[in-house]
Amino acid sequence: MATHADSDTDADVQAEPDVDAVESENLTLVQAVRDGLYTEMQRDDDVVVMGEDVGENGGVFRATEGLYDEFGDQRVIDTPLAESGILGTAVGMAAYGMRPVPEIQFLGFIYPGFDQVVSHAARLRTRSRGRYTCPMVIRAPYGGGIRAPEHHSESSEAMFAHQPGLKVVIPSTPYDTKGLLTSAIRSPDPVLFLEPKLIYRAFREEVPTESYEVPLGEAAVRREGSDISVFTWGAMTRPTLEAAENLEGEIDVEVVDLRTLSPLDEDAIVESFEKTGRAAVVHEAPKTGGLGAEIAATIQEQSLLYQEAPVERITGFDTPFPLYALEDYYLPEAARVETGIREAMEF
Amino acid sequence: MADYDLESAEGRVEALRRMVLIRAFDEEAGDRFADGEIPGFVHLYIGEEAVGVGTCGALEPDDYIASTHRGHGHCIAKGLDPKYMMAELYGKSEGYCNGKGGSMHIADVDAGMLGANGIVGAGPPLATGAALSIDYQDRDQVAVGFLGDGAVAQGQVHEAINLASTWDLPAVFVVENNQYGEGTPVEKQHNVDNLSDTAGAYDIPGLTVDGMDVTAVAEAVSEARSRARAGEGPTLVEAETYRYRGHYEGDEEPYRDEEEIERWKDRDPIESFKDRLIDRGELTESEFEEMQAEAEAEIDAAIEYAQDADLPEPREAYDDMFAEMPPEIERFAGAARTDGGRPGGDRP
Repeated sequence: MATHADSDTDADVQAEPDVDAVESENLTLVQAVRDGLYTEMQRDDDVVVMGEDVGENGGVFRATEGLYDEFGDQRVIDTPLAESGILGTAVGMAAYGMRPVPEIQFLGFIYPGFDQVVSHAARLRTRSRGRYTCPMVIRAPYGGGIRAPEHHSESSEAMFAHQPGLKVVIPSTPYDTKGLLTSAIRSPDPVLFLEPKLIYRAFREEVPTESYEVPLGEAAVRREGSDISVFTWGAMTRPTLEAAENLEGEIDVEVVDLRTLSPLDEDAIVESFEKTGRAAVVHEAPKTGGLGAEIAATIQEQSLLYQEAPVERITGFDTPFPLYALEDYYLPEAARVETGIREAMEF
Repeated sequence: MADYDLESAEGRVEALRRMVLIRAFDEEAGDRFADGEIPGFVHLYIGEEAVGVGTCGALEPDDYIASTHRGHGHCIAKGLDPKYMMAELYGKSEGYCNGKGGSMHIADVDAGMLGANGIVGAGPPLATGAALSIDYQDRDQVAVGFLGDGAVAQGQVHEAINLASTWDLPAVFVVENNQYGEGTPVEKQHNVDNLSDTAGAYDIPGLTVDGMDVTAVAEAVSEARSRARAGEGPTLVEAETYRYRGHYEGDEEPYRDEEEIERWKDRDPIESFKDRLIDRGELTESEFEEMQAEAEAEIDAAIEYAQDADLPEPREAYDDMFAEMPPEIERFAGAARTDGGRPGGDRP
């Protein structure tokens, strides 16, 4: 079994395997979460899953299904309903050699534990001059589109990306989910791993059975294009790609899936933008203070002279996440993304 | 004088009627959710009716309550109108929250209902604050914070009860112990035998009552209310009860078996109370049947009302954001078109 000291350079770890050349399974995104947890728990006894109903019941979204039977109640811990307690306990565990992976059932439930994330998990390393570290991964389903209001649908990634010392990761495919989760668990620093629950079961993809890492902090170009760069992540990647397809022949759209929101892959943003000179950002979180603003500022700071139009922000409303009837308007979908792209093109 | 006083025969019949109405509401809500008519999540109160009705029966109409994610029963017990509740469940503009909150956020200031709450354990601090306002303004009221057994593990619940106890506020905390915090049994979440034992930590009275018995709940809360009004501070009432349905509709419930559910159903709060009223000659079987038929008709009418009600317009998402809408929000709202336009995306 690997120890922490060598876990980042483990010999059996192949970074980014060729999926056609290795054994793989056709998995949904939520199954890839489960698979990522499973392979890391097998590899490292210090990886411990904890949270509300994650054990015997297998998690409210089934993301931890079967792990309790496989690894037992010492490594898959059913906790009381106590987000502050769960996250604070994980900080203490992480400080002394464990790799806790606490689950928060919905991102909107995390606020009672916000203090533990912001004031402690994110700062332990700095506070102790690097002698304590906090290698924990907080998993939480986020985002809308499931016909539930407020806490069950919101996207508050910007609040966390704003916290120095905390990494924020959002996958958009099953393959990336397993690889990014593996990297997150092996990361020596705390990671908030947000799972787009809208696409938990939306499609399947071949996912290697073996362990592999998709590096944190690296964006992926999902579609190459020369007219405009559209930056997005998580569940918004699909409507953005759909919009790009719809515009084919008219506008040549490049779609960049950022995958990690903190630290942002500035190189990828700049490289894409300097090629196209125009940009849009698609996120489902409210507009004001969202990551779209950070991306626009990055472009201004680094590529001002390439800029041919203001950065278009295609986002949720500046309101609490609304129920049902308004949800379809709140969430950017392909038509709105197309309109936004045209706006940036016509400037 | 309470809306219904369980110390009178008339009040007892009214209490039974409200329990029957709650059950009719939730059975229909469950069916309509299964049909896909009701969006989001619903958490049903079926089996727990005696707790909400017993509690509210011990309150005065202008007392306050703060509810939970399982709040339909509290709403009806406190006198909210099922038709506006159902419209809210349907996400319609006429609902209590303009169709923007749904099942888990119903609030009504006129009824003293501070809101159902999507966050476990978030109600008690609101009740503590409401109780402080009562104390400060010297009003003759109390504030009740409902919470589930799972919420007893939440830090903010401890903070709320400690504050109310330390400041002798006119609050009552009612723990609905339905035996499971989501899918995990109560004994795996708490170290105490009875959740009311935690009252000792605050040096306030704590008692455990039969939550399947509406009169037992009412008596306990009535006494707690008197203490609160006498300036003696809060009481923690634990009501032992049971939810017949899953934590949420669609819950596969791997954590319990049918036999356990049937055992609790043998002590059904509506059946047992009805039998008692009939034994005492306060109700006849045919009057009960009529009561059930009326409740079902009222809920059918509520469903019809909800189905016919309007969906909110996109612009309504911005309504009630602030007392005065800031200019940038006004610009967003102006861009919220009904044609699938770009409500959040317009450049000011």
